[in-house]
Amino acid sequence: MRNVGRRRAGWAAFAALAASLAFVAAGCGGSSSSSKGGTTAAGGGPNLPQSIGKGEGKLSLVAWEGYAQPQWVKPFEQQTGCKVSRKYAGSSDEMVTLMRSGAGYDLVSASGDASLRLISGGDVQAVNPALIPDYANFIPALKSPPHNTVKGVHYGISLQWGPNTLLYNTKSVSPAPTSWKVLYEPTYKGKITVPDNPIQIADAALYLMKAQPDLKITDPYELNQAQFDAAVKLLKQQKPLVKKYWALASDEIDLFKNGDAVIGASWPYQTNTLIAAKAPVKDMIPSEGATGWADTWMLAKGSKHPNCAYEWMKWVSTPKVQAQQAIYFGETPANTKACAEMDKLSKGSCAQYHGDAPASYFNSIKFWKTPVADCGNGKTDCMDYNAWQKAWTEIKG
Amino acid sequence: MNNATYRTIALRTIGIAALVTLTDALIAFPFAYYMARLASRRTRTLLFVLVLLPLWSSYLARIYAWRLILAHDGALNWSLAKLGLPTTGVAYTNTAMWIVFSYVWLPFMILPVYAALERIPDSYVEASRDLGAKGWTTFRRVVLPLALPGVVAGSIFTFSLTLGDYITPTLVGNTQFIGNVVYRNVLGLSHDLPFAAAYATIPLLVMGVYLTLAKRAGAFEAL
Amino acid sequence: METRGTRFSLAVWAAAVVFFLWFPLVLICLYAFNSSNIQSWPIAGFTLHWFSVAWHDTEARSALWLSLEAALLATSVALVLGTMAAFAVSRFRFFGRDVVSFIVVLPIALPGVITGIALASFFSFGTITFSLWTIVVGHATFCIVVVYNNVVARLRRTQTSLMEASMDLGADGWQTFRYVTFPVVSTALISGALLAFALSFDEVIVTTFTAGAQNTLPLWIFGNIRLGQQLPEVNAVVFVIIAATVLPVTIAQRLTSDTGILRRT
Repeated sequence: MRNVGRRRAGWAAFAALAASLAFVAAGCGGSSSSSKGGTTAAGGGPNLPQSIGKGEGKLSLVAWEGYAQPQWVKPFEQQTGCKVSRKYAGSSDEMVTLMRSGAGYDLVSASGDASLRLISGGDVQAVNPALIPDYANFIPALKSPPHNTVKGVHYGISLQWGPNTLLYNTKSVSPAPTSWKVLYEPTYKGKITVPDNPIQIADAALYLMKAQPDLKITDPYELNQAQFDAAVKLLKQQKPLVKKYWALASDEIDLFKNGDAVIGASWPYQTNTLIAAKAPVKDMIPSEGATGWADTWMLAKGSKHPNCAYEWMKWVSTPKVQAQQAIYFGETPANTKACAEMDKLSKGSCAQYHGDAPASYFNSIKFWKTPVADCGNGKTDCMDYNAWQKAWTEIKG
Repeated sequence: MNNATYRTIALRTIGIAALVTLTDALIAFPFAYYMARLASRRTRTLLFVLVLLPLWSSYLARIYAWRLILAHDGALNWSLAKLGLPTTGVAYTNTAMWIVFSYVWLPFMILPVYAALERIPDSYVEASRDLGAKGWTTFRRVVLPLALPGVVAGSIFTFSLTLGDYITPTLVGNTQFIGNVVYRNVLGLSHDLPFAAAYATIPLLVMGVYLTLAKRAGAFEAL
Repeated sequence: METRGTRFSLAVWAAAVVFFLWFPLVLICLYAFNSSNIQSWPIAGFTLHWFSVAWHDTEARSALWLSLEAALLATSVALVLGTMAAFAVSRFRFFGRDVVSFIVVLPIALPGVITGIALASFFSFGTITFSLWTIVVGHATFCIVVVYNNVVARLRRTQTSLMEASMDLGADGWQTFRYVTFPVVSTALISGALLAFALSFDEVIVTTFTAGAQNTLPLWIFGNIRLGQQLPEVNAVVFVIIAATVLPVTIAQRLTSDTGILRRT
């Protein structure tokens, strides 16, 4: 009898495992079918609202760390009655994952390497910029940028932009670095930190553009097999030098504050936080230039709180909020009127964060975008993002 | 699946899960033995509360505390330096993951081992002694076999909790677990869905085998 | 049977384990008073500022309420289903009895990331919107096991003769349950419920996939850890929770250390 029971239990376990697998498979199937649906809807032409209706009382955001601070969330809640809940993400991959999880987020602050994936995946819907009064004051480059506007249809409202910087401890790193080279050399072995993000391959490619000109890299996001392999090889050589691949903004803050890292690739957010806590750090843009981001608030398809979402996009586009966020995170606002507000909040901050910089500065930053097979020069042998993700998993090991 | 990277990640996950389970069993057994068979009633209640309370204080906060303890300038190295001992560099290594995992899941091992030990009737031990067995023999021949299902039951917790975690490796380690790969790939990101689904079955298969063995060992009666 | 030396070393070992378990908790409490918003060792200075920040943080408060609601509901579901399954398995012999015990135990052995993704897929496949109830379902899967195990263990130690004696003495089914069975399992229910509540209250991985856009307390804590701006506030909240749970856990432990009408023989 006992044996029979045991065997039956074995079968039950098997059945249960099979059932769980079916759920996993169903989840995969679900997401791929949703992407098909999305493309047709986008082609069919958007049905845009012509005015912002009454708020729904709630709004949930997926945001970069530092993008939804109480300083500008609290007044928004009081003004509109929309209660904000936030979830933070530390990489574009995570943002896409969250938006596809079916959890019902309304808005996402997507960077250029997430926005096109969200648009082609049908995860976001078209928006009407006419409902955002401050849209008229945006710098020309961010009114209809290719990362959020497809065939004249706007899939979001631009927000802020900035460069990824080289952060270092001024006490331990001397002389001050001038090149990204310092992250690939053993001088600071075991004291280096870089982001845990496949897009980091572009940073290696950016460095190789100058360091190995014979590779003929023209765009760090459009790499053919040979160029891609060179970048991946460089990152694999870098691995033993890295103390930690940071996944959360606080990882890097803790690494610098607790002496585990003295130099690394960073966002200005970490620099500002560390300086506020009186840590001896400084950041700079090395001679090779920098990768960077241009972010967009994008409205989720099927959002249950579209009016609150529009109110939010309107609110964060106003000069004052743009200035607050720019200073808090250390980035550049899309709204040209924000410059005066920035100087009002903190003297000289507009120039410090390039709020008044000419278009040439904007053009010097290699903004994050999703790598695709189409190299943009007639060839289609470039490595797509799937290859980037796989390579990154192998680099990290 | 043939890729060496993914094999390394799977072996690392299973290896650390096994190591954590072994560590917790070794730490928990003498503790549970003291609690169940030697401590006075009051001490026993006190110890029980001291083991249970950590379960109530956020698992994330405890992991984060470890990150601060193990950091280069953290409490551990600070204390070592004060004692004139050499400092360690365990922060963000696999060793750090092993320590932190063993820490967070320890109560899940202590509780079933305690329950199994407490259940052994005193009369069994007395009988063994009356029959002339020495303390060690009684322990090995009577107590250990009767407590073993409790250890196996605890190991189901420690092993599966480690196997399915992806947050601890992110916070205190610098390498990937199966959970990190699954989290990154399954939710509609990767184009290689069959691969992601197949990869997700590894922990399932491992647990399936583990549970079947555990049931044989009578662990289900001791959970 | 133990020599004095053995007793002494075991006592030392027990003290060392308690230290290991509590050292990080003491640090968590200490960091709640850190005057710097970034945590490093030793703390920069002493302040009570973060307790007031935590008190006025509406987001933290609503996360706490959501966690309490979810834990209460999940524990209630677990108490009902877990007890029923335990009685069925230990009192009756029926087709598939072993299967039931296996299925009930399975969820606790499933790796969290798999359970989470499977549930999330199931919910979105059935177009169920994420809410408090999806969290409760996710938590109940493993809370049931905890209650089930406690009750099954207690029933296994109770001789059926106890109930039979009650019946023989003329008690009806309800009276037997009221005066014999329930007193026997009551303390097992308390300790099972307590553990189930703690597990649900602190669950992160499954909740990540089943909570939707709302934050439970652990998810709020994770958000704050990511941000790295207000870390002592998290410590202040955890400090308050530890302080608030000492008493109920102690009382419950006092109650349950007594196995009621059953004594160790």
